[in-house]
Amino acid sequence: MVNQQAALLRPETLLEEFKRLGITHIVTIPDSETNYLYELMIEQDWLTVVPASREGETFAIALGLSVGGKVPVCLIQNTGMMESGDSIRGMALDAGFPLLMVIGYRGWNRHGVVTDTAAKYTEPFLNAMGVNYYLVEQDEDAERISIAYEEAKKNKRPVAILVGDEYHGFNR
Amino acid sequence: MIQADDMFKAFEPHREDSVVIVTGTGGKHWADHTTKQNRDLNMGGAMGHTTSAALGLALGLPDEKVVLFDSEGALLMNLGIIATIAGQAPKNFLHLLMDNECYATTGGQPVPNSQDINYAGMAKEAGYTAAYSFDNIEDFTTNIGKIMKEDGPVFVAMKMVPEVENEPIGMRPKRGAVRSRAETITALRSELGIS
Repeated sequence: MVNQQAALLRPETLLEEFKRLGITHIVTIPDSETNYLYELMIEQDWLTVVPASREGETFAIALGLSVGGKVPVCLIQNTGMMESGDSIRGMALDAGFPLLMVIGYRGWNRHGVVTDTAAKYTEPFLNAMGVNYYLVEQDEDAERISIAYEEAKKNKRPVAILVGDEYHGFNR
Repeated sequence: MIQADDMFKAFEPHREDSVVIVTGTGGKHWADHTTKQNRDLNMGGAMGHTTSAALGLALGLPDEKVVLFDSEGALLMNLGIIATIAGQAPKNFLHLLMDNECYATTGGQPVPNSQDINYAGMAKEAGYTAAYSFDNIEDFTTNIGKIMKEDGPVFVAMKMVPEVENEPIGMRPKRGAVRSRAETITALRSELGIS
């Protein structure tokens, strides 16, 4: 139990990274695993949360924000990411701007057999799109968020953070 | 029904310094009327998401008026965006819809419920501050100046004459010197002093 608690990924950790990186907007559709993160985000006066109706919108809204000089992050679940394929192509990859995609990795588990097809297809999808990604499961992984963002800035491309769900750290 | 060329001609005197984004087959006529190319933006396209990109721009540039000439086929692909726009309520956003009742770029097939759908009604009920419908150039010309001064998000639905393209894409005549998305973004950011 102690080990499991120590391995938690706290929502506050992501928020601290976002602030340090100068993120201005979170374009998002909340999911069941990140409710507490959503509640924390909307309390921050330095951060604007833009709720979207469908995940594909988030990449296009992020493009518009970026043109305006803002620093957006797309925060969605892997299911919605896969639904967003053409938007990722046309509004993120082809547009050529740095973008952090924070993706809830529904169904992922490092133990046993992964049975949820949402998880099974997540990494093949990102590989097919040519989007590099980093797995973040616990607080100690937080530096990967900065690594991903620096990579996105350097290459003017989207880079994904896959938020592992093993510990359900984002739920209350 | 309104000709796109006439509509852009009527709009241009009221444009002032707004940032203008056009879509669809009718959108190509804007190039014949604009006098501020550095404020014309090509946001590209992805199954209707130019609308979403225009919203993002309005949120990113709250001190600039953002005017989107959308098309109904594109909007139908992601109709939820009208709720997203209404939820964000950008005062600087004018959303005009060129409704030609068909997919003109693929040969003119009708969009779903093409003749009876009420786009302005949907926008108004979604939460836009105001919504208008025009089916003739005279009414559009009379009202566009007043509409441009209203706080957004405002929606304007216009019944347009379709400009159907039937030739295979590779055989269609070039639409003139279309500036790339990257070029227009660079020009706008330079104009606005965004590094």
